[in-house]
Amino acid sequence: MHPAIRVQNVTKSFRLGTNSGRPNLTERLLGLFGRGRRARAEFHALKGVSFEVNPGEAVGIIGRNGAGKSTLLKVLSRIVEPSGGRVELRGRVGSLLEVGTGFHPELTGRENVFLNGSVLGMSRREIARNFDTIVNFAGVEQFIDTPVKRYSSGMYVRLAFAVAAHLEPEILIVDEVLAVGDATFQKRCIDRMTELTRGGRTILFVSHNMQLIPLLCKRAIQLDAGRVARAGPAAEVTSAYLQGLIDDSRTGDLRDRPRTGDGRARFVRAWLVGPDGAPAERFVHGDDLRVRMEIESKVSVPDVAAAVVIASQHGTRIVTSWTREVGHTLALREGAQVVECRFRGATFRPGHTLLLHLWLSDGEVLDSVENAVVVEVDGGDGHDYLSRDAAQGVVVFPYDWSEVPGC
Amino acid sequence: MTTTDTQPDSPPAAPQSAPPEPPLTVIEPRPGWALPDFRELWRYRELLYFLALRDIKVRYAQTVLGIGWALAQPLATMAVFALFLGRMGGMGKDVPNYPLFVFAGMVAWTFFGNTISSAALSVVSNERLVTKIYFPRLVIPLATAGVGLFDLVLATALLGGLAAWWDVLPGWSLLALPLVALALTVAAAGIGVLLSALIVAQRDFKYVLTFGVQLWMFATPSLYLPPEALGETARMWLPLNPAHGLVAAFRQSALGEAIDWYSFGVSAATGAALALFGMLYFRRVERTFADTI
Repeated sequence: MHPAIRVQNVTKSFRLGTNSGRPNLTERLLGLFGRGRRARAEFHALKGVSFEVNPGEAVGIIGRNGAGKSTLLKVLSRIVEPSGGRVELRGRVGSLLEVGTGFHPELTGRENVFLNGSVLGMSRREIARNFDTIVNFAGVEQFIDTPVKRYSSGMYVRLAFAVAAHLEPEILIVDEVLAVGDATFQKRCIDRMTELTRGGRTILFVSHNMQLIPLLCKRAIQLDAGRVARAGPAAEVTSAYLQGLIDDSRTGDLRDRPRTGDGRARFVRAWLVGPDGAPAERFVHGDDLRVRMEIESKVSVPDVAAAVVIASQHGTRIVTSWTREVGHTLALREGAQVVECRFRGATFRPGHTLLLHLWLSDGEVLDSVENAVVVEVDGGDGHDYLSRDAAQGVVVFPYDWSEVPGC
Repeated sequence: MTTTDTQPDSPPAAPQSAPPEPPLTVIEPRPGWALPDFRELWRYRELLYFLALRDIKVRYAQTVLGIGWALAQPLATMAVFALFLGRMGGMGKDVPNYPLFVFAGMVAWTFFGNTISSAALSVVSNERLVTKIYFPRLVIPLATAGVGLFDLVLATALLGGLAAWWDVLPGWSLLALPLVALALTVAAAGIGVLLSALIVAQRDFKYVLTFGVQLWMFATPSLYLPPEALGETARMWLPLNPAHGLVAAFRQSALGEAIDWYSFGVSAATGAALALFGMLYFRRVERTFADTI
């Protein structure tokens, strides 16, 4: 049997530099006279990726930001051309890198269903046949002849997803489009994905959601810095990936971490400190969660915004602390400096693992590092009564119960 | 399309006796010059239709005048030309029904110029589509011809009405009108395709486009001068500007004059050559659109 997807040693590099990655006319003319030439850095997003997916298999693609997941999807969807290597796809390919591609606000829901379906590669007959199901799935029957600019954002997204969910190619390439809509709708989306997998379709699914991948996919592939780092049963690959994140953060050194931003300043180190200000190994439920970060800057900026985001192990944002929100003015000096962010009395549920994202911006993002620090929440003394069941939520506020007399 | 629709509850079916071999797509770097894949383009004809329909609907959504706008542009230009060039400039004194003469040419030019402009800007303005989904990119600039053709049909109908008002009746040459319209479409879409690819790589061409189309109008004397006013040499060389011969042929065909086949032939051939080059160039650079846009 031929594999449905065969990826052989695919590479992709981009030129870094100006917006378009190309010199403009003036630069070109200057170039003719031997001036204005600049060596352009190349960025290798994919450095020889190979794998195969069998027909009817659902495979998850995971990896940190910048690992090459999106580039891989774009190559497989034929949006960008690989720099080298070869991909073979057997069967009709449908790719969903976002929902609602091609939606136009001035057109009615009905018109957009046909336009969007056609953009996604459905034939007019196919769309007409599925039309009622799509509208039903989205729950917008009454508004189907209203321009979508009058839709609430929820209705808009539901209709867009409904069209996408009724795409029936043999190979489906999906990029986290599940993260839309309210909880009920998400549930429906996930059910639909499961249904599609059971229906014998080949699915390639990129996600940050480490809970969802093992549910939907049998196998997973982890990319790291443009290469396949791990491949195997989904549950094993995801847990090894999460363990890797935790291991990485032990040292606190951020210099070699994948990151985004223009690099004028960088977080070089981040670590937790205890009540005495000394570096701490563990964090105890209910204590102040204090994180210190060392920033090295090439520039001085009188007023930058910094943020620390606490996310769950599975990537869901729980809480953000942002300098602007509390009116703290942070001045960035050239050279190194250390800042501290303190979350007071952080009552996270013991047993949870938290991921901290660091972010620095002055309008343009200077630096942003995901999973910079991994925090394991310890119960400490006197909190043994707290459930360690992860399903009970990440945060425990102090709470009590009482009987209301006289009612 | 799939068997799962008809038998939702059956267990995963064993492969049927002779499963059709699914289509194979190969993705690899493909450098060099080549013609677009016309068979693939044909498969995407419905997308072409829906994109053209979108452009038409969107353009007339929430406008008071509605389809009147299709007529306003050539009418207004006609009024200005007839007054300033025809009356004050004296160019119209040898031409019977000068306003009609100008309007007939303007109908063709409006289609030509607008199609070039909208096709040229189409790829950049559909950035979202280009960076999020695959389909033959050529569909985008080609679909813009739809709005133009829609307007062209309306304006031609008005032209027929005006001609009747001036007691000008079409003759046998009217039969050539679809051919002239086709040549206009090929030339305009082709040039638009070429410019659209250039603009993706180099936004400078946007500015070239804006005043280029304006200058081009004045460099197309068949819009405001009768052929007799041009010298021998001019008549020989001017058709190398595809607009010149095609605009003249459109008017001759619509107003029942004899068609100048020399100028039509040369202009149509130049237009087709430009279109061919446009598609070759577009095909060469389209694979980098998502990287550079």
